[in-house]
Amino acid sequence: MKRTIMFLLALLLIVAPVAAQDDDTLVIVTYGSFAISEEVLEQFEEETGVTVQILRLSDTGNVVNQSILTRDNPLGDVMYGIDNTFLSRALDADLFIPYESPMLENVPDELQLDADEFYVTPVQYGDVCLNYDRAYFAENELNIPQSLEDLTLPAYRDMLVVQNPAASSPGLAFLIATIAVFGEDGDYTYLDYWAELTANGVLVVDGWSEAYYNEFTATGEGTYPLVVSYASSPPAEVFFASEELDEAPTGAIIADDTCFRQIEYTGILHNAANVEAAQQFIDFTLGVTWQEDLPLQMFVFPVNTEAELPDVFAEYAEIPDNPVVIDYRDIDEKREEWIEAWTDVVLR
Amino acid sequence: MVTRLLRGAGFGLPLIPLIFLAVFFFYPLASIMLLSLAPEGRPDLSAFSTVLGTRRYLDTLWFTTWQALLSTLLTIGLALPGAYVFTRFRFPGKSLLLSLATLPFVLPTVVVAAAFTALVGPRGVVNEGLMSLLGMESPPVQLQRTLTLILIAHVFYNYAVALRMISGYWANQSTRIEEAARVLGCSGWRLWWEVRLPVLRPAILAAAVLVFIFTFTSFGVILILGGLRYATLEVEIYRQYNTFLNLPVAAALSLVQIGSMFAMMIVYTRLQRGIVVDLQSAQQVARKPRSRWDYTLLGANVLLMVLLLFTPLLALVHRALTVGGGLTLTHFSGLGENPRGSVLFVPPVIAVQNSLIFALVTTLLAVSLGVLTAYLLSRQRGRGRLSLTSWLDPLFMLPLATSAVTLGFGFIISMDRPPLDLRSSRILIPLAHTLVAMPFVVRSVLPALRSIAPNVREAASVLGAPPWAVWRYIDLPLISRAIIVGATFAFTVSMGEFGASLFVARPDTPTMPIVIFRLLGQPGIANYGQAMAMSVILMAVCAAAFVLIERLRRAGVGEF
Repeated sequence: MKRTIMFLLALLLIVAPVAAQDDDTLVIVTYGSFAISEEVLEQFEEETGVTVQILRLSDTGNVVNQSILTRDNPLGDVMYGIDNTFLSRALDADLFIPYESPMLENVPDELQLDADEFYVTPVQYGDVCLNYDRAYFAENELNIPQSLEDLTLPAYRDMLVVQNPAASSPGLAFLIATIAVFGEDGDYTYLDYWAELTANGVLVVDGWSEAYYNEFTATGEGTYPLVVSYASSPPAEVFFASEELDEAPTGAIIADDTCFRQIEYTGILHNAANVEAAQQFIDFTLGVTWQEDLPLQMFVFPVNTEAELPDVFAEYAEIPDNPVVIDYRDIDEKREEWIEAWTDVVLR
Repeated sequence: MVTRLLRGAGFGLPLIPLIFLAVFFFYPLASIMLLSLAPEGRPDLSAFSTVLGTRRYLDTLWFTTWQALLSTLLTIGLALPGAYVFTRFRFPGKSLLLSLATLPFVLPTVVVAAAFTALVGPRGVVNEGLMSLLGMESPPVQLQRTLTLILIAHVFYNYAVALRMISGYWANQSTRIEEAARVLGCSGWRLWWEVRLPVLRPAILAAAVLVFIFTFTSFGVILILGGLRYATLEVEIYRQYNTFLNLPVAAALSLVQIGSMFAMMIVYTRLQRGIVVDLQSAQQVARKPRSRWDYTLLGANVLLMVLLLFTPLLALVHRALTVGGGLTLTHFSGLGENPRGSVLFVPPVIAVQNSLIFALVTTLLAVSLGVLTAYLLSRQRGRGRLSLTSWLDPLFMLPLATSAVTLGFGFIISMDRPPLDLRSSRILIPLAHTLVAMPFVVRSVLPALRSIAPNVREAASVLGAPPWAVWRYIDLPLISRAIIVGATFAFTVSMGEFGASLFVARPDTPTMPIVIFRLLGQPGIANYGQAMAMSVILMAVCAAAFVLIERLRRAGVGEF
């Protein structure tokens, strides 16, 4: 028995001391696709003397949920990248302490959703839009759909692949867009729309990767020339092409009322160990250096109006003028209800 | 020292796995269950009535169960003739074939889905071939999002588990009984039914249990290959935790899943107990195939393995080399470049290194804890109707039946203060992997251990062998094959696992599957090509490791 105890103590000694955090370390909790340039992060570390540690989880939902479960003893100091679809869940759980960054002056007011409370600070945004396969549409002499209604036309039968809103954030964004456009009450609701889409052969797959790489015609052996993705996907196709391209192989449809804007925020976690460094970090993420680095790192757009876009974005990316409008507070509150109702219509 | 340790083993050592399980499995599990079902300190079990009163959840439970049963039967049915061939025949390329057959186990589902699409998708090789050959207009093979594809994928993933566990056990069973039966005129189906199957029953059941649990908790295969019409409990648990943060329902579903597994395991341990053991173990000598029948059997099995297991793997290699143009190595070299100067960029060498370190730690932990567990369980055998084993044994299988997200949440809320301040520690990953890998070692070693006749050990003791010598010269040679099988799977589980790594926040130590997952999360053909290239590297590293493990066995204790 003694041996057993000693063995376990030894195991603990080997295992335990990794975690301890010292004063000038700032821990950022974020999702798996977070990226930033080495030199940008180094610049922050040099300017402030703070060491940054980045903890990445799978997706935003997971980041928010884990932070709620660990509210009193948080995983880190700053949450990076929570978007408007999860915002109210986090605010309701009282997850953040307020901070009004002086850098906000260059950020448009409409991006600050929790107006005047400053629990969170906008840092970047991206639009979830339909993407189409340019070659396919040209070869078949098809018009590009210009509204959500168009997608129910026989001309686009068996052409659209979307993601499961229960599992995928672009999937949820697209569902929200249809709810914003068709509404929940009245003669023709979003569910009627989805019934029509289903009848017109929409394919639902679980996640973005499967839709984009397995079913979409432009990127693999798929048979669907329309896919729900991001407005920034075409420039990404050019940037990550295997040879140099003059034109993106795909295009984003940015017509009015077809896109959903995901605005992403940073927030200082309740009981954060290093609040001062967290505030410095939030200021820095709004600065031009960080903001201009964002597009090519995460394929999102900067919130700072002073920031300039990199060439590939300036040339190939389009920003929708009028994405759909919906109250962010509804999104988390009704998420389960919407998804359940949607699942009943589309999958069962 | 060793002698004392082994004498002390009577009490101390076998408790270690129990304590490990208590600290790293039951404690976090209990924490998340308490938080979910008794947030205010008072238990609120209404979630159970919600779950058991909702038609959809019951349907899900029913579907989960029957698809798992069907998958298990198929896998065992296909692997059994394979096990015969691998036990009895000697043929060139045998160990290579066995290694390759194990590779599917490490591949992420998204990648496998890509391989299947390339093969049998509407624009895949098979359909294009058939269409041009037969002049058809539309693709004749329509497997996308069907139950058939789910079953094929389950066999694809689990074939090697059954093949290796059964043939590993079989190779240590004497052929004397079979020869006696033949002399007495038993042959053909009767020989299988009345002699071979009973002899193999412990291994078949052990493999079946693993395959059943694996397919019962199937997640990626169901979602990605089956499309969204099918859902298992595992899928539902993930949704309730991750999407809706509906803690009570998620916890109730987790407990239903764990409970069903526990009940199934109790039945299994019962079945296992009434088994004819105490065979005189011996090494079987594989022979060359002789008759036409031998060759047909060998050929048919190899063909099955090639079609079922290797064509998808080849399709992946092909993709890695051709995506976005002609034959090219760009995607492999691209993995090493960091065009954006990203701070979290991972050179492939680092990913390989991280994967290997985690896998080695996992294998060491899982083998030592698993072998100790097997001893603990084998000693309890058969005393009284309700021996301790029938309760203990299922406990060690439970981690396999627990969804990654449940355990991940358990970890972060229970491992957050000293002395167990581990939630951001790198060690948490191999610990989580060990929980999943241990059952493989236990299931593989336990049947072998039980089939050692006690009188062999007694004879050795009587002749003056100290306990360590008995273990070294009697036990070890007889269980080494089983340990190797267990170690191979422990290694493989760790190399391929990425659920735990995604749900545990920690300083960045990305493994190969994580890199694949991240690459596939971004648009751009180069990212896709690199994901395929990384998958090929993952397969290559594993194949090399399998060959090495096999060599080690030969050089070490195997051939006595």
